[in-house]
Amino acid sequence: MGSNPTPSARFTRPSWACVRFHPWKVVPYLALTGLWHETSPMAIDTPGNGVFSEGRAKLSARTLRTDKWWLTPFVTFVVLFSFIVYATFRAFENGKYFAQPLISPFYSPCLSTDCVKDSPSFVGTIFGTYHIFGMTVSPSLFILIFPLAFRLTCYYYRKAYYRSFWMSPPACAVAEPHAKYTGETRAPLILQNGHRYAFYAGLVLNVFLSIDAIGAFRNEKGQWGHMSIGTLVLLANATFLWLYSLSCHTCRHTIGGRLRNFSKHPVRYKLWTWVSVLNHKHQNFAWISLFGVALADLYVRQVSGHSIRNLYFF
Amino acid sequence: MARTLKLRIWRGNDEDGALQDVTVEGNNGEVVLDIIHRVQATQMGDLAVRWNCKAGKCGSCSMEINGKPRLACMTQISAYGDDEVITITPLRAFPVIKDLVTDVSFNYKKALEVRAYEHPVDLKPGEARMEQVDVERSQEFRKCIECFLCQDTCHVIRDHEENKKSFAGPRFFIRIAELDMHPLDTLRNRKQTAQSEHGLGMCNITKCCTEVCPEHIRITDNAIIPMKERVVDVKYDPLRWLGSVIRKRDGIL
Amino acid sequence: MTANIERHKYDIVVIGAGGAGLRAAVEAREAGLTVAIVCKSLFGKAHTVMAEGGAAASMGNVNDKDNWMVHFRDTMRGGKFLNHYRMAELHAKEAPDRIWELETWGALFDRTKEGKISQRNFGGHEYPRLAHVGDRTGLELIRTMQQRIVALQQIDARETGSPETNIRVFAEVTITEILNENGKVAGAYGYRRENGAEVLFEAPAVVIATGGVGKTFKITSNSWEGTGDGHALALKAGANLVDMEFLQFHPTGMVWPLSVKGILVTESVRGEGGILTNSLGERFMFKYIPDVFKNQYADNEAEADRWYIDQDNNRRPPELLPRDEVARAINSEVKAGRGTEHGGVFLDVSKRLSAEIIKKRLPSMWHQFYELAGVDITKEAMEVGPTCHYVMGGVEVNPDTAAAVGVEGLFAAGEVAGGMHGSNRLGGNSLTDLLVFGRRAGMGAVAYVKSHGVNPVSDSTIEKAATRIAAPFTREGGENAYSLHQELQEITHNLVGIIRTRVELMEAIEKIADIRQRSANISVTGDRMFNPGFHLAFDLDNMLLVAESTAKSALLREESRGGHTRDDFPGMNPTWRQVNHISSFDGANVNIKVQALPALPKELFDLFDVHELEKYMTPQEIAKGGSN
Ligand SMILES: Cc1cc2nc3c(=O)[nH]c(=O)nc-3n(C[C@H](O)[C@H](O)[C@H](O)COP(=O)(O)OP(=O)(O)OC[C@H]3O[C@@H](n4cnc5c(N)ncnc54)[C@H](O)[C@@H]3O)c2cc1C
Ligand code: SF4
Ligand code: SF4
Ligand code: FES
Ligand code: FES
Repeated sequence: MGSNPTPSARFTRPSWACVRFHPWKVVPYLALTGLWHETSPMAIDTPGNGVFSEGRAKLSARTLRTDKWWLTPFVTFVVLFSFIVYATFRAFENGKYFAQPLISPFYSPCLSTDCVKDSPSFVGTIFGTYHIFGMTVSPSLFILIFPLAFRLTCYYYRKAYYRSFWMSPPACAVAEPHAKYTGETRAPLILQNGHRYAFYAGLVLNVFLSIDAIGAFRNEKGQWGHMSIGTLVLLANATFLWLYSLSCHTCRHTIGGRLRNFSKHPVRYKLWTWVSVLNHKHQNFAWISLFGVALADLYVRQVSGHSIRNLYFF
Repeated sequence: MARTLKLRIWRGNDEDGALQDVTVEGNNGEVVLDIIHRVQATQMGDLAVRWNCKAGKCGSCSMEINGKPRLACMTQISAYGDDEVITITPLRAFPVIKDLVTDVSFNYKKALEVRAYEHPVDLKPGEARMEQVDVERSQEFRKCIECFLCQDTCHVIRDHEENKKSFAGPRFFIRIAELDMHPLDTLRNRKQTAQSEHGLGMCNITKCCTEVCPEHIRITDNAIIPMKERVVDVKYDPLRWLGSVIRKRDGIL
Repeated sequence: MTANIERHKYDIVVIGAGGAGLRAAVEAREAGLTVAIVCKSLFGKAHTVMAEGGAAASMGNVNDKDNWMVHFRDTMRGGKFLNHYRMAELHAKEAPDRIWELETWGALFDRTKEGKISQRNFGGHEYPRLAHVGDRTGLELIRTMQQRIVALQQIDARETGSPETNIRVFAEVTITEILNENGKVAGAYGYRRENGAEVLFEAPAVVIATGGVGKTFKITSNSWEGTGDGHALALKAGANLVDMEFLQFHPTGMVWPLSVKGILVTESVRGEGGILTNSLGERFMFKYIPDVFKNQYADNEAEADRWYIDQDNNRRPPELLPRDEVARAINSEVKAGRGTEHGGVFLDVSKRLSAEIIKKRLPSMWHQFYELAGVDITKEAMEVGPTCHYVMGGVEVNPDTAAAVGVEGLFAAGEVAGGMHGSNRLGGNSLTDLLVFGRRAGMGAVAYVKSHGVNPVSDSTIEKAATRIAAPFTREGGENAYSLHQELQEITHNLVGIIRTRVELMEAIEKIADIRQRSANISVTGDRMFNPGFHLAFDLDNMLLVAESTAKSALLREESRGGHTRDDFPGMNPTWRQVNHISSFDGANVNIKVQALPALPKELFDLFDVHELEKYMTPQEIAKGGSN
């Protein structure tokens, strides 16, 4: 039949290859080389499984893609990782989150007497001076669990981090470096099914952040009818968060997707079509709102730390 | 307009095989399938390839071109640079038979496992009334040409042979979604079985199926995720569960 | 060697998994018999998936004036009254039930406002009549049938433990021979494409549903499967073909780029308002309205345009004339030098419809042009020209049972059967033809098997069939099947194409005979493993028989009618309407016999306006006023 494969073309597992997989080693390597060859640490696998299974076409490469498929997961990794670092730092910083009338989205609504003491924001007063836990705990932590859970269980972010952090798979038609895979069928990943509760919590937070944005139409003395760059920042942040939440898959499902007959529910159908339009852009909103939150926080931090002045238009 | 193309075509069978270099003429406007046919007619009379319609309608000519699962009849050669080598291999998630032809019987087995449509017993032929808005979602999924590119690219089975037993794959998730959204289907346990029998939970929504679908069916967004949400409704959501117990009726309309 | 081949016993073997074959199989299984479905490609890929426009059935959902009689009249007119009236009658009467039945199996057609199945306009149909799903109706039909078969297999699995107890699909198996014993069908023989292994099916009844013959021609909308296998198998088994001179050239195939030449541009493009213009920008179809259609088609642009809004008070645009008329018109324009750069004419929907509507109503056309030709049909015109699309001729059958005339136990349905469409098929009539006669073939075969029982195959018959399969490998240095196929396509294209003459047909017959002779020593390189060269060797043999039959029938018919146009006999002649051409095969040559066409019975005759019939029939026939 004319084909005469040379044995050297067959894939042999290098002896130094370990079966366990360490993303933290692999990702920087990929970044440096951008290669996906047998010599890369990614070329570790359990021979006889996946694309190397018995009966499948004998090919040694883990992927034959020639485009820069690794770029997206790499960039995703870097950006998400940077965000996590920044957010963690800010969550524990426990300061510079309030500058009348602006409050950082990382610390709103203020759930601890701590924040109320040195920055009497209107949100803080709603919650009074209730002392929940010890003073050592940053109030941000109570807040951040919710958006964290929301984004962690978000269908889009799941795709993003499964690909870029867990490399399962790193990109389409690129063999993943895991010997076993059970998807979202077991703990802890089965908890992803609770996304809707995180979504509800997200909606509640959005309400607070919207109130914050409205509150930002005040001046430093708390008088209404003013507007500053900070107002715009908080407004934009709230808007992006609403877009992100409303474009959520759970939202789409709840608003109408779960119905069998749209024609019997014309109003919900209409809403569903709108949400579907937004849903199409959910990925974009996920990123924009992520940057939005980080920038809003950074802005408040800088204003609060007097590094910059919150410029007023009127 | 003619140009010389450098190809690497995988040739072999289930036991062995390798990429072979071929040089062949190509004209602008031609697709990869044309080139394969030219190779067949001029250099490799016994090169095995599946195809049928040559118009992207039958889903026979699925293969991997430069590592990407694609229809050969819908892949223009103009997409590749003049000195680019085009590597053509069979689908890598299924056992190979010969050259570019793979054994896709896995998919037909899975098709048999999805319970068929059940028409209301009291509704006679010609009496069905369905509104366009109610059939549109399922119609999107019925565009599927069964090219099985989504099945091929899905890492759940591509990278884990052992998962083939318990995982139906994206093509059949859209089939289940189609039936679950069908205005008249009377079988009501599709959500439960999607999770328990067809392995919906194995999917981690990484969307490769959507990326490769030549019919541009939004498999993940419109079928898999809605089905996951429907599964949550009946299986994981304590409030819905409570509600359905209290009201003693199915929580879903 | 007959001991170790793969053997199967079934009540019925269906060759072909297109709409017709699958419908026949469903019928047989529902009647409690066991059935094997054999097809050359994978299950669900048959040619039927390519049908775009729709399935014609007079459900009257969009215009309630429609009924089976109107549909019958349209079909007869389209076929220029050469149709077997009984087939056209059964088809028109049963089509709606067959469509509704699909719905009970899960099909999702596009809907009207009242929630009924929507119907669209199509060439030759008086009212909007084509049930459709966007422009992928064939896919819907075949998927529904495929899923119906899966449903039946699931029932069998629950009841018997195996899904394949009663229905089994043998995909990628080519049948090379229908086995006869004592003049009756005893089974079928073939090989697995995957590895060349031979397969024997023992069955007292065989249903042929192998589709068309397009690959005999150079430019065609058909896939590689359309090699006329069923036509040839039937001929060799002792059955007849009827009216093989009638081939439909679809007026609008893509002409550019080269690689997609021939691929269909669905008629719905015209149904939705597409107009045809030549390179001078003229909307030329107004010049080509034949007398017989003057009453139904608009002769000026204003009226044609109004028709899209008010169909009751205006005549339809001439772009919607039957396919043969449009194909000839385009052919004439191109020949007169008013064609496009690539030898076609322009078809434009972008002027009448918004981009959004085009993408919604003609999604796969948009897709096809955008991805294959880089043309955005919402902005630009398409370049189109005639392409060989459908064969009206086919196995001569009994209309009610689909039993092939001449061989007991053989049945034929779908495109491979002849008679239903006369000299020209209306768009959309094929899909319902598949369902109506697929079902009838199933019923016919069931009745036959129940009354006749098994007919064992003898070893000598098997051995003969096996020898034939092995033959190409035993020869060396013989001709190459690919180049012979190309030669054949040149001949049919140039000499037996849209426009034919006596001289050219004679030349064609001679050349086809020459290729037939040379094909006897085709040799194949490689082994039996999925070897396309080997496969083509058999397909070529079938195409040669089809081409011979077409050329010889065409030579005999000295008139122009429907899908047969003779340059030397340009008009339609009522005396030729009274005869069919019956091809039979004597082992060496195809012979043509002239046979009287069954006359319209009175009750069907009376459905027409006599003045209309006068255009087609002789005065004597008119005076008789039907056959009883
Ligand atoms: C592009 C296109 C568009 C069309 N659009 C329409 C439309 O809109 N409306 C309409 O009514 N009609 C349309 N038609 C016509 C219609 O689709 C066909 O006539 C019809 O599908 C034929 O169906 P069938 O069941 O007879 O055979 P097919 O669907 O052609 O199936 C033939 C089957 O036979 C099998 N077979 C063939 N030879 C062998 C062998 N030797 N051994 C084993 N198996 C064999 C094949 O594998 C295949 O499964 C269109 C046709 C084309 C090409
Ligand atoms: S989204 Fe799910 S089904 Fe689709 S390819 Fe990814 S894992 Fe597979
Ligand atoms: S869903 Fe898309 S990719 Fe998957 S089989 Fe169908 S057409 Fe192919
Ligand atoms: S927030 Fe992303 S899917 Fe719900
Ligand atoms: S040949 Fe039909 S999809 Fe490519």
